[in-house]
Amino acid sequence: MIELNDDRCMHCGACVGACPANAIYLNEVILDFNDDCTDCGLCVKACPVGALSLIRTRGQKVPIAATA
Amino acid sequence: MFIKDEYDVVVVGAGPSGSTTARYAAMNGADVLLVEKRQEIGSPVRCGEGVSMEIFKHVDIKPDPSWFVNEVTGARIFGPSGKHILIDAKNAGDEVGAVIERDAFDKHLATLAARAGAEISTKTAVTSLLRDSGEITGVRVRRMGEYHDVAARLIVGADGFESQIARWAAINTNLKTRDTTSNLQYRMTGLDLDPRFTDFYIGSVAPGGYVWIFPKSRDTANVGIGLLLSRIKGASEAKDYLDAFIEKDERFKNADILETVSGGVSVSAPLDCVTANGIMLVGDAARMIDPLTGGGISNGVIAGSVCGRVAAESVRAHDVSKEFLKRYEDGWRDLLEEKLYRDYMAKEKLISLDDHTLDMLIDALSGATMENLSTKEILRAVRSKYPQLVSEFEDLI
Repeated sequence: MIELNDDRCMHCGACVGACPANAIYLNEVILDFNDDCTDCGLCVKACPVGALSLIRTRGQKVPIAATA
Repeated sequence: MFIKDEYDVVVVGAGPSGSTTARYAAMNGADVLLVEKRQEIGSPVRCGEGVSMEIFKHVDIKPDPSWFVNEVTGARIFGPSGKHILIDAKNAGDEVGAVIERDAFDKHLATLAARAGAEISTKTAVTSLLRDSGEITGVRVRRMGEYHDVAARLIVGADGFESQIARWAAINTNLKTRDTTSNLQYRMTGLDLDPRFTDFYIGSVAPGGYVWIFPKSRDTANVGIGLLLSRIKGASEAKDYLDAFIEKDERFKNADILETVSGGVSVSAPLDCVTANGIMLVGDAARMIDPLTGGGISNGVIAGSVCGRVAAESVRAHDVSKEFLKRYEDGWRDLLEEKLYRDYMAKEKLISLDDHTLDMLIDALSGATMENLSTKEILRAVRSKYPQLVSEFEDLI
């Protein structure tokens, strides 16, 4: 799953447009992820400020380069 | 102030493309609602704020000092070695332009739409398209927490890079990673710049993209970076590359950041189709951004003027079919498609070049006098100094 660090998030929508599954919705300062997320990690790379990270089971962060 | 239950046209998104569409649709007799999900049109800014002068040729907009803050005389493109070429506004025609204040600009265009008779509703998000046996019949909106169904014959998706209308209407606007960029910009002050020039830095300083400095005045500028998504290896790279660029450059030593701006920008070839029955897309939502520069304002506004006119014609003709909306497809393609395609090819070529080759290119062009910026002129200049380089570009002719 994708973890959002709201303190870093600029609410800019770069992740929304990059998401191939249309799994992210942005309204003003609210960013929602839905169940269509495939954990592809593109949003993590698209985020200009590093507000997103990909979490695999048991809370282990996966270095994104290894997944794409 | 209050939304009616029915309009001819609902335009989704009050950026430059949406406001211009709403304006031209209203001017031509349509009953138009322009909705914006944010509470304030134009804010927060999500833009480098550089605009080509092309816009003023096609659309009736007069530069106003509230947003037209710095007209530049040239663009400088710096190669990895630090050598640069100057693209003079005199030779480059309307390619080189001005630096604007987007928040005031967007409000200005929305005001023009309102004067033409369009109704505007802010803090109003479209949550779904309404359909009756397959046909579009309107939109459901959420406004200040309350839902309304608004009937409309035609919906225009001017909802930007992250367009939802396109996806709901099943118009394929999906981007490849090599056609998507991740961008970050600081509005910086405390600088000492030559405000006559916009500066671009290409090469490994910004993989697949570039760093820009767009001055608003001598001491204040937008300093930003765009990276191609296919070249990004991990999180936070746009920020890391931009911070590294700023760190290395003495000019920024005493600078302060007034504002941080980020966003996604498409750099794709023009789409095959931006319409469906009852639906038109315009601007960033239709991937009309210039793939070489990442500039989207001019194209969006120019296409918006066509989109608005066709919207009004379509309503008048009681025909919102995709066949009728071909008038819009033909109209915007006549004005923009050839250049979008040409610039896409140029971008594809440029991102394939390493720092050494880019330096050779800059070197060849910096010594040359070019009458204009046509591909032919550029090739001629390169051929005279580095004939072996030209084979790389021959397919662009």
